[in-house]
Amino acid sequence: MRQHWKRLADGVELAVNQTDKFKTGLLGVTLTIPLDADTATAGALIPEVLGRGSRNYPDMEKLSAAADALYGASLGPVVRQRGESQCVSFLCSFIDDRYALDGSAVLEPAAKLMGEVLLDPVLQDGVFRRDYVESEGANLADRIQARVNDKRSWAVFRLIQEMCAGEAYAVDKLGNADQAKDMKPEMLWAAYRSLLSGAKVNFYYGGGAQPERVEDAVRRAFAPLLTGRDAPVCCQVIAEPKGPVRTVTDAMDVTQGKLAMGFRTGGITVESDDYPALLVCNTLFGAGANSRLFLNVREKMSLCYYASSALDKLKGLMVVSSGVEFAQFDRAQEAILKQLDEVRRGRFSGEELNAAIRSVVTDLRGRQDSQGQMEDDRLTGLLFHCAAGEGEALAQEVERVTADQVAEVARKLKLDTIYRLTGKEG
Amino acid sequence: MDKLEYTALGQTVYHCVLPNGLNIYVDVRPEYTKQFAFFATHYGGMDLRFRDEDGSWLETPAGVAHFLEHKTFDMKDGNALQLMAANGTDPNAFTSFNMTGYYFDGVRGFEENLHTLLSFVSVPWFTQESVDKEQGIIAQEIRMYEDDPASEVFEGLKAAMYTRHSVRTRIAGTVESISHITADTLYQCHRTFYRPGNMVLCAAGNIDPQRVADIAREVLSDAPAAAAVVDHGQPEPAEVGETFTRRTMPVSIPMFALGFKGTPAAEGTGLRQRLVAELVCDVLFSPSAPLYNRLYEQGLLNGSFGSSYYAFPGCAWIMAEGESREPERVRDEVLKEAARLGAEGIDQALWDRLKNAAYGSMVRHLNSMEDTCIELAEAHFNGEDYLSFPQVFQSIDRADGEMLLREWCVEERTALSVIEPEE
Repeated sequence: MRQHWKRLADGVELAVNQTDKFKTGLLGVTLTIPLDADTATAGALIPEVLGRGSRNYPDMEKLSAAADALYGASLGPVVRQRGESQCVSFLCSFIDDRYALDGSAVLEPAAKLMGEVLLDPVLQDGVFRRDYVESEGANLADRIQARVNDKRSWAVFRLIQEMCAGEAYAVDKLGNADQAKDMKPEMLWAAYRSLLSGAKVNFYYGGGAQPERVEDAVRRAFAPLLTGRDAPVCCQVIAEPKGPVRTVTDAMDVTQGKLAMGFRTGGITVESDDYPALLVCNTLFGAGANSRLFLNVREKMSLCYYASSALDKLKGLMVVSSGVEFAQFDRAQEAILKQLDEVRRGRFSGEELNAAIRSVVTDLRGRQDSQGQMEDDRLTGLLFHCAAGEGEALAQEVERVTADQVAEVARKLKLDTIYRLTGKEG
Repeated sequence: MDKLEYTALGQTVYHCVLPNGLNIYVDVRPEYTKQFAFFATHYGGMDLRFRDEDGSWLETPAGVAHFLEHKTFDMKDGNALQLMAANGTDPNAFTSFNMTGYYFDGVRGFEENLHTLLSFVSVPWFTQESVDKEQGIIAQEIRMYEDDPASEVFEGLKAAMYTRHSVRTRIAGTVESISHITADTLYQCHRTFYRPGNMVLCAAGNIDPQRVADIAREVLSDAPAAAAVVDHGQPEPAEVGETFTRRTMPVSIPMFALGFKGTPAAEGTGLRQRLVAELVCDVLFSPSAPLYNRLYEQGLLNGSFGSSYYAFPGCAWIMAEGESREPERVRDEVLKEAARLGAEGIDQALWDRLKNAAYGSMVRHLNSMEDTCIELAEAHFNGEDYLSFPQVFQSIDRADGEMLLREWCVEERTALSVIEPEE
């Protein structure tokens, strides 16, 4: 694989991962703005409304038909949170020209279609169509309210809301349900214009085409977007908890309890020298089949159906997520913290360390086999200037992590907030 | 090994059958970083009644295949999960209605890991103590499914559609049913279903196919062993058992699953029926077809909507699932559209476009070694060649879709399962 990068204008970049290994190409355009309660709803709603229709393909049926004609190109809006930024993307996956039944080019028409969807929407009185804004606003509100359906992710979501209250990080990337329902076409149109002119713009292509061909297709399809802009991307890292550990409990009609615990990493993020050690520490403690949480808390003690930890490498957080019986909340919490304490004291074997290192390395190297993960890594790398800390270079640093380094970063992890989702009485 | 070239797809697969009956497929991909191996038995959650070695019929409680999947990782001297994880791989397993698959991927130590995979799956080691302990873990897992409205709406649909077929059963069983499982049950099922003739090994990545076959020959027993004989219940009537089922759970909007009970495909036509049925799903439910957009614009559906085709021995159905404040109106509109299409015919341009799109999506699917290996294994158990799909596509036309619409998408074959919000 060969990586290319080019600045097309100030704040507008094109990154290409050129490889023949996939059957498909992936083209993406991402607009990044700071995550903010005042703009998040519009940021999440804009791509949904755009996805309803362009001037040339004014409804979903015509738009989908255009994508189907390109061998089922999948053109979809994606809204991601990266650190304290909201990334609004359209990603389009389409088969490589080699597999087109009639041998025609697919990249150029796919780019053209994406450009039309993003930049040339169907209008009514000079703004978005009212019916599209209303129905997508209602759908977005439904999606926000449906977060509660998956209790596992809901518990983590609630933990973050409590733990990071007042930080941009806690703003829901989907925005607010009431704002979504009440959104007016004029307001959304203004937000759209400022998104186009002010957001950081990242184009990405992964696939078999030459970078020059990609650049040409992008320049043609997205010309109005190639204007300079000043769009810094940042994320506030809070190294330590602001006060003593807080416990928050919610009650719902569930049969299994959820226990989520949030830690600050002492300021370690993807940019820190300690980051490789933190990756290994997280895996040894809580990620994967050889982790302390899996082996001890789940398997040996049967306290949880699942118990695992995950990092936010940009914000500097570690979150433990587990499912427990109501009667076991205290025991499970104690057992989880005891395992972390063991890691802090360096009470783990060389085998455990090696297994964790191998697992992290496998994950880092294996991501190159997935077109979607490659896109995500490249975007994050470019937004947060940590491109050098991805993939192979990082894998090599991880291989050199020592037991002392793991214990040291574990000691920097500070418990901030505990969230419990419990059943309703009676 | 036989070399199978699929030039239109740019794929090369090696295949052989060992003397013990095990089929091996190796999808060679020189440019991939990871290696992947998938070892599967043709045994899943709906295989409850089968013939024992002495010829008698045995009945087992719901959830054994899934329970066995959990316990198969136990080895006499440790646990395969940790053994392989220590080698930097990511071993895992799943149980479906008619398959249990064990797999790993990794970037190093492929041969060693393949060795471990084949041996822990083929050599059983269960103690009553470990079975008793697992009951607690699996009971927790079952409770988690019971809290999941998406899972419950699906269970409700199956139970409404089918009256006798064992596909009605929950794959993981119930807390009650798994309480009857003992170490003996597990040994018995392992003996019947985990023999080479009832299994398949698929591998992919930058690997030497001959080495895969050699390692399988080294690890597995030589004794020839045939596939298992299973009974899935009395023949099913064409029509559904119940047309409507509902219950309440904490959800924000009602969730629904709408099912059309189909006719199982004749032998050797499973892939063809799947492609036709999936195209019918698209004709009815794709965003590029008229019905979906009408329902979406009327606010009867939102973005969380999808459809799929399911087929197992003795059963087949089409399912659409999503969220709607008026699921019964959605059902009525779908039935009306199906009747119209069956009578007036499917628009040729729409059909061609959807066929193109379906082909592209299957090509895209091949990016994933995991998906490809699982498809190869499923097709193998059905006696079919998955990668022949470009040719099968060519043999299908809209009359096939219209016939299926007229036969399956009718009131007496339709069931609706709804999860309503609590008051």
